[in-house]
Formats: sequence, structure tokens, C-alpha cells
Amino acid sequence: MKINELVKNLNASVVYCEDAEREVIGGYCGDFLSVVMGKAPADSGWFTIMNNQNVAAVASLTDVAVIILCEGVKPDDLLRSKAESVGLNLITTDLSVFDAVLKSGL
Amino acid sequence: MSEALRLEFNVAGNNFISAGSASDEVKKTLKMLGIGAQFIRKVAIAMYEGEINMVIHAGGGRAIVDIFPEKIKIVLQDEGPGIPDIELAMKEGYSTATDNIRDLGFGAGMGLPNMKKYTDEFLIESEVGVGTTVTMVVNFI
Repeated sequence: MKINELVKNLNASVVYCEDAEREVIGGYCGDFLSVVMGKAPADSGWFTIMNNQNVAAVASLTDVAVIILCEGVKPDDLLRSKAESVGLNLITTDLSVFDAVLKSGL
Repeated sequence: MSEALRLEFNVAGNNFISAGSASDEVKKTLKMLGIGAQFIRKVAIAMYEGEINMVIHAGGGRAIVDIFPEKIKIVLQDEGPGIPDIELAMKEGYSTATDNIRDLGFGAGMGLPNMKKYTDEFLIESEVGVGTTVTMVVNFI
């Protein structure tokens, strides 16, 4: 599934999108960064409520396709600017992590 | 073995804004050298975990990275408090991180296990009160 389809399914807001056509393959849910780094597959969608700048570092290093901030959580300023400077795809949704996964269609 | 390309970094302690910049630089360099994405991911994760450990636990440290055509060797040195029980520190889920570190999303007790998981060679040498040196190798073949 492409990121723009995911945005539609989740009724998500796009914070920054480097490549809306990027393919998202599967997903991973988690807020502990080391657990995510150990387990999130490359090119997956990462569902989280963690919203600080370290999220950008982890997403970039693990090469996930898109970060989905759930529960109405907004990125802090550092995360937003790091997403832009590193070229990450970052979206937000009001849905809970559980509902976001269900509705994602991934 | 052919001559290595060496990169050296100072990692600042307790700074979560610059944390990860050394790993990011290594990742970019490997990409530029045309190393396969699956190897870059392993290196990036292992090195980031090590970098974060130095930021959180050791007041910073030094990273020396040697890139060869067939492998990468990463040495992380710090003069932090040292690890009294390495076997315990290697256990998944064991962490000495404080609550404010956990609030940032760290402290899951997966850092060292991840470093071991994603590297082909992994060695920790540590002396309490002196510091810790971690040596990691990832093969590109």
C-alpha cells in the first residue's frame, strides 16, 4: 500500500511527506525505541505515540516507510524539523493505535 | 586486508538532540560507498544503540569506525562508570535507565541485545570506575 492510501484510510494529517508514493509493507507498533529498532521491519509503517526527536533518528536508521503518530499526538518541534531535514514521512491520526492498525488495511 | 577508511566521532553525553548523528554519518558514508541496504541497516541500528548508551550512561564517549571493502569495525570507548555485571546487562529487558530516560522512549533494556543481534562480532570490555569499550564488526558478505 502507498502512503497516500494509508493517509486516506486513517483520515490522517500529513506533517511531512517526502514520498507519498512510497510503498508501505506491514507495520509495527511500539513506543520503546530499542524494541522498535530490534523488531520493526524496513519499509513498514510504525504506529506509535512517542513524539520526540529520537523517533526521527530511529525511523531513519531502521528505514521504516512512515511514522504514524496515533491518539491525536502531535510531533514536538524538534521531531517535525528533523523529519523534514532527514526526509521522513510523518503522519498523525486521532485514532488509537489499535483502531489505526485495524483501519490501516496494511 | 586493504586499507580502511577511518571515521572518528566525539559523542556528547546527555545530549539527546545530537544523539544519533555519528550513526547517521556512518550510514550516509556506507550508502555513498554502495554497501547493501541490509548491511547498512544492521550497522546503523547497532551503532545508534551504542551511541545512545554512551549518551545515557557514560557522559559521552568516542566512536572510531574503520570501513573495509568487506566489513566495518566500530569501536565505542567511554570513560563512564563501567558495567559491573556484563552478563546481567546483556539480558533482554534489564536496564538501569532512570524514569526521565524512559519518558524519552529509551531504557527498554534492548540496547545491548540489539547490538549483539545485528553484528557478526561483538565484544564488551568494562571496568567499574574506568570505562567501557565495545567492539563490533559487521561483515558485508
